[in-house]
Amino acid sequence: MNDQSKLASKMRPVINESGIEIKPLYTAEDVVASGGVDDSLPGNAPFTRGIHSLMYRHRPFTMRQYTGFANAADTNERFKYLIANGQTGLNVAFDLATQCGYDSDAPEAAGEVGRVGMAIDTLRDFEIAFDGIDLDAITVSLTINGAAASLIAMFLAMAEKRGYDLSKLRGTAQNDILKEFIGRGTWIYPVEPSVKLVADTIEYCAKVTPKYSPVSVCGYHIRESGASPAEEMGYAFAIAKAYTDMALARGLDIDEFAGRLSFNFNIFGNLFEQVAKFRAGRRRWSKIILDEYGARRPESGWMRMIAGGGGFGLTIEQPENNIMRGAYYALAAALGGAQTMALCCYDEAYTIPTPRAQRLSLRTMQMLTEEVGLADTVDPLGGSYYVETLTNQTEQKITEAMQWVDAQGGIVRAVSDGVIQARVSEYAYRRQRALETGELRKVGVNCYEDSDEEKPQVDLHGYDEAGARQQIENVRKVRAARSNEAVARALKALRADAEAGRNVMPALVDAVKVYATVGEMNGALVDVYGRFQEPTQLWRRAG
Amino acid sequence: MPDHQVKVLVAKPGLDGHDVGAKVVVHALIDAGFDVVYTGLRQTPEAIVDTAIKQHADVIGLSVLSGAHLPLCRRVRDLMMEKGLHDKLWLVGGNIPENDRMVLRQLGFRGVFPTGSHTGDIVSFIRENVK
Repeated sequence: MNDQSKLASKMRPVINESGIEIKPLYTAEDVVASGGVDDSLPGNAPFTRGIHSLMYRHRPFTMRQYTGFANAADTNERFKYLIANGQTGLNVAFDLATQCGYDSDAPEAAGEVGRVGMAIDTLRDFEIAFDGIDLDAITVSLTINGAAASLIAMFLAMAEKRGYDLSKLRGTAQNDILKEFIGRGTWIYPVEPSVKLVADTIEYCAKVTPKYSPVSVCGYHIRESGASPAEEMGYAFAIAKAYTDMALARGLDIDEFAGRLSFNFNIFGNLFEQVAKFRAGRRRWSKIILDEYGARRPESGWMRMIAGGGGFGLTIEQPENNIMRGAYYALAAALGGAQTMALCCYDEAYTIPTPRAQRLSLRTMQMLTEEVGLADTVDPLGGSYYVETLTNQTEQKITEAMQWVDAQGGIVRAVSDGVIQARVSEYAYRRQRALETGELRKVGVNCYEDSDEEKPQVDLHGYDEAGARQQIENVRKVRAARSNEAVARALKALRADAEAGRNVMPALVDAVKVYATVGEMNGALVDVYGRFQEPTQLWRRAG
Repeated sequence: MPDHQVKVLVAKPGLDGHDVGAKVVVHALIDAGFDVVYTGLRQTPEAIVDTAIKQHADVIGLSVLSGAHLPLCRRVRDLMMEKGLHDKLWLVGGNIPENDRMVLRQLGFRGVFPTGSHTGDIVSFIRENVK
């Protein structure tokens, strides 16, 4: 043993969050030992180095900050501000009433109207929200899940009314209900009908809006809620496979819809671990779709993704530090080959972001492509002994996470029984313990804390009570002006389709067009499907 | 501290779906030896107070991260006063700006634990303040 390796053997082992031990030095031998050299080119299966051959050299990642507050008019103004500042896509935040399927004047909505996102009740609101925005130039991503089917219907109706050709319309809905049961929590119906609705949207969009992405499967929120980067990806793939199986059971061909499935992943944590996660994830997903499901179009095997956020990584303490964290996280997303990026703003640990904070995030992303060379060459870390080794090892960890889900009887069963929720929250507890003991280092939190007790200076976005009252008035006006007879007919048809187990999307589109409200449409579906009862019994363990 | 095992109800009022913190606190309280009941998401103030009575909770802790803590805590407080739960220990945690913390204490939520609080501090606070 030479001096160097003696020293290395005395050092504390470094193990990343995915459970991989990190060596102080990597060589070509490590790449071979971890599974071999992947010499595939970007744009070619298994897409380890990127889904496109030229990646950002051809087109930089889309910049899509999560935005929405108060009502449609205020949000439209903010959308235009961001577009004027160079943002290239929209990522729409809805308030909790909308996300949970309630109207703004429902008792359940009290205190929540327009608080964490824009309040939407009817098609009228969507007409205002996207007024003056070119839906061909600026693609729109709707962050909606429990109420996704009705909001997708509303978006398509709005686009059609404005004269867009639906067969060419692009855009995305988050519409990943399984992860809502694990983290984020905006479920409405029980698990099975909820998944059925996702399949309805996939089937409908495959026929009517073949360029539209009806689902963005989110590892993101599972990672926030308590999962390692490799588990984040493994669980997301288990979810994506569940939707794929349901769509196939409808008689769709894998190549009709797989290419329109997209993903949403997180970017906080160790930079190299995230990059390896994205590279390994692309390789794994392509093998699943092309090899296991036998898709023939290579594009069906693309793991298209928004990589962004990083919310869990941001801190209340020393909030300005979050600006730098955002920049490092953005770097991980760009090195990882994201198609779209969004960053949590530095003030988001406090409040929904101010315009100034949103612009800072946008500028952070623009610096990557304009100033520091991230758009110059594809997969710049490809060929690094470390990153290639880590990519091989992470793929193995992703597979292990998927095998764990299989052993629970599949993702739908794991969610219904609450076993995956329990596993995720136990991870969150361990992570919290590690932060409290200082084992997991966090600058400004458990090391380099402020000693002078200086209060952080963050301008808070206040809640607009008047805007909420205005929204309640708006929905009442729409109800008074529309044909209530037409709405009643549309809701009856919707209920009938739901009861018969038919695809409810055509009935939802009809209901939206006569200005049925979010609460009415989701209320009709609750009548048929019921509401989800959260499994909480696992929290009742003996003390 | 009472001579029986202290029972803590951890509740999520309103529509907020952020439950990471509430569940972490549940784990920490169980590890600290408390008897813990977790309501799950989307609870109405009525349902929370009802559960607190049925479960004979000594401590009632609310978790809100959407920013709606003031209207929600006011409604839960009114009901708790009405139903005779004024002698229980009330706590609230979540995304709570500095200015709102005093308001919540004045409402009767003696323990206010904003994001970033240590679980150990919550445990100690309960031990020191529960009757």
